[in-house]
Amino acid sequence: MADQNESIPAQEVAAAQDPATQKNAQLLALLHRLFGEDTFTDVEEPYGLLTATTTRERIHDIIAGLQQDQELQVNFLTTMCGMHFPDKEGQELGMVYHLHSLVHNVRLRLKIFFPISDPVVPTMTDLYSTANWMEREAYDFFGIQFPGHPNLIRILNVEDMDYHPMRKEYALEDGTREDKTDLFFGR
Amino acid sequence: MAVNDTLEGTRKIVEEAEAQRPNLHPLAPSVNDFNQELTTLNLGPTHPATHGIFQNILQMDGERIVTGVPTIGYIHRAFEKIAERRPFYQITPLTDRMNYCSSPINNIGWHMTVEKLLGVEVPKRAQYMRVILMELARISDHLICNGILGVDTGAFTGFLYLMDEREKIYEIYEEVSGARLTTNMGRVGGMERDFTDVAIQKLRAWLKTFPAVMSEFEKMFNRNRIFMDRVVDVGAISAERALNYGFTGPNLRAAGVDYDVRVMNPYSSYQDFEFEIPVGTKGDTYDRFMVRNEEIWQSLRIINQALENLPEGPYHADAPHYYLPPKQAVYKNMEALIYHFKIVMGEIEAPVGEVYHSVEGGNGELGFYLVSDGGRTPYRLHFRRPCFIYYQAYTEMVTGQTLSDAIVTLSSMNVIAGELDA
Repeated sequence: MADQNESIPAQEVAAAQDPATQKNAQLLALLHRLFGEDTFTDVEEPYGLLTATTTRERIHDIIAGLQQDQELQVNFLTTMCGMHFPDKEGQELGMVYHLHSLVHNVRLRLKIFFPISDPVVPTMTDLYSTANWMEREAYDFFGIQFPGHPNLIRILNVEDMDYHPMRKEYALEDGTREDKTDLFFGR
Repeated sequence: MAVNDTLEGTRKIVEEAEAQRPNLHPLAPSVNDFNQELTTLNLGPTHPATHGIFQNILQMDGERIVTGVPTIGYIHRAFEKIAERRPFYQITPLTDRMNYCSSPINNIGWHMTVEKLLGVEVPKRAQYMRVILMELARISDHLICNGILGVDTGAFTGFLYLMDEREKIYEIYEEVSGARLTTNMGRVGGMERDFTDVAIQKLRAWLKTFPAVMSEFEKMFNRNRIFMDRVVDVGAISAERALNYGFTGPNLRAAGVDYDVRVMNPYSSYQDFEFEIPVGTKGDTYDRFMVRNEEIWQSLRIINQALENLPEGPYHADAPHYYLPPKQAVYKNMEALIYHFKIVMGEIEAPVGEVYHSVEGGNGELGFYLVSDGGRTPYRLHFRRPCFIYYQAYTEMVTGQTLSDAIVTLSSMNVIAGELDA
């Protein structure tokens, strides 16, 4: 027990010297300074990529603030995509934003979750032109609404489709087929 | 609404052009008279010059494009949905069919994403082999793009020369993986087999003969008056706009931004090699063409270095839970049979977690965002497809230009329908 306690600071020292960890710490400090510590929950670094969850009320301010910021210049929107977790009551749908600072080479992943009954997220098209099709894709796949988007119509699926196919309730295989039940290996 | 916005932008462009035109005859109708009728032109979905199935509904004022509405999704195959029911190995063939001009990059990028999730360390030799294959794929991707740009400007010869070279690259793929176009190359943890002697011979022979062909191609185009008249200052985009549009790859570098994933976040031992990142200045069609040409030379440099310094050692990781055992062992050895069964049926143990990994694809940053809930398939898999992201700038790039310029802009952007629609 005592050994474990002693070994933890040594690991932390080693981790703190890693440049990627240092950059992540710097970015996290910046986020906390600009937008307040309470804004971010579930701060993690899976596989070295700083990840934080925030709220849809703040997401537009945060991405706009990071775009303006001169210290780390996190001003490249790499990608964004929707997510669906049917079991998370009140937080079924999510949007994930991957941001990148091309100058300082540090990446950031921001997530927001919101109820499926009210799938409304602020648009980023006023900040990034590239958000246009990404948001159309999220609308097409998950039915997420982006008020203020200039042209929120389906992009990859046909326009008269009446459901959002990436939601988990739409199983990939035809549910009525019995010859393909996958008892042992199906999800 | 979007159409009106674009109209407003076009009006501005046309008014500026009008202001610069001196001595207009008082009786001549003004160019910015928007009451005159516009022509609607359907460019696509199937059109010989789009090199893929996507549609642009253009509003034309004579030869000039006033607005365009792009429609995509004609070959949408719902890869992200299909991937949610496929074990990791069965997703590799899906990635083949995204950017089918450079399948090995997609395959290896996907395998590296899974390796990152599983924590598998790939031996040096396999990393160098991957670098060779990925750079061959980049060359064949750029050969197609630049060859077809030549065709679209009226020069068929260069394309035929380059197709011959691409054929030789495909023969090397064939020696390595058995397939040519949709290669399904490699495994999680390394390569499926070592380079054979024939593969090495073919590679060496090609490395000897290709530079001469490439120089000849460059001699034919780089300073060709007819070609330059068609491409210089055509379809330009500023660095600022390109970044705002999320451009990556050669199209971004042509605009003057030196972002390359191979240098920024080196993967598969790219830090071991000496190479340069060419950049353009204006982001026009000529710059994109020149950047791709130069990248071909740089890729050749990388291949030569990797081949000369190819380390000895195993060509795959020692990871029996994820890497298929040799077939002979499966027939004779019970553990091998068990592992074979578990891997083929997708019963490998994946940790819960999320991982984003990106590689420098033929067209830019090809990213894989994989969310695993510990099951046999991804819970969610999102592909960051560079084509999908930069093609939305196309309307802005061609507004105010002529139709023939729009065609060369499209082919110099190298929009691959499979990657666009996924």
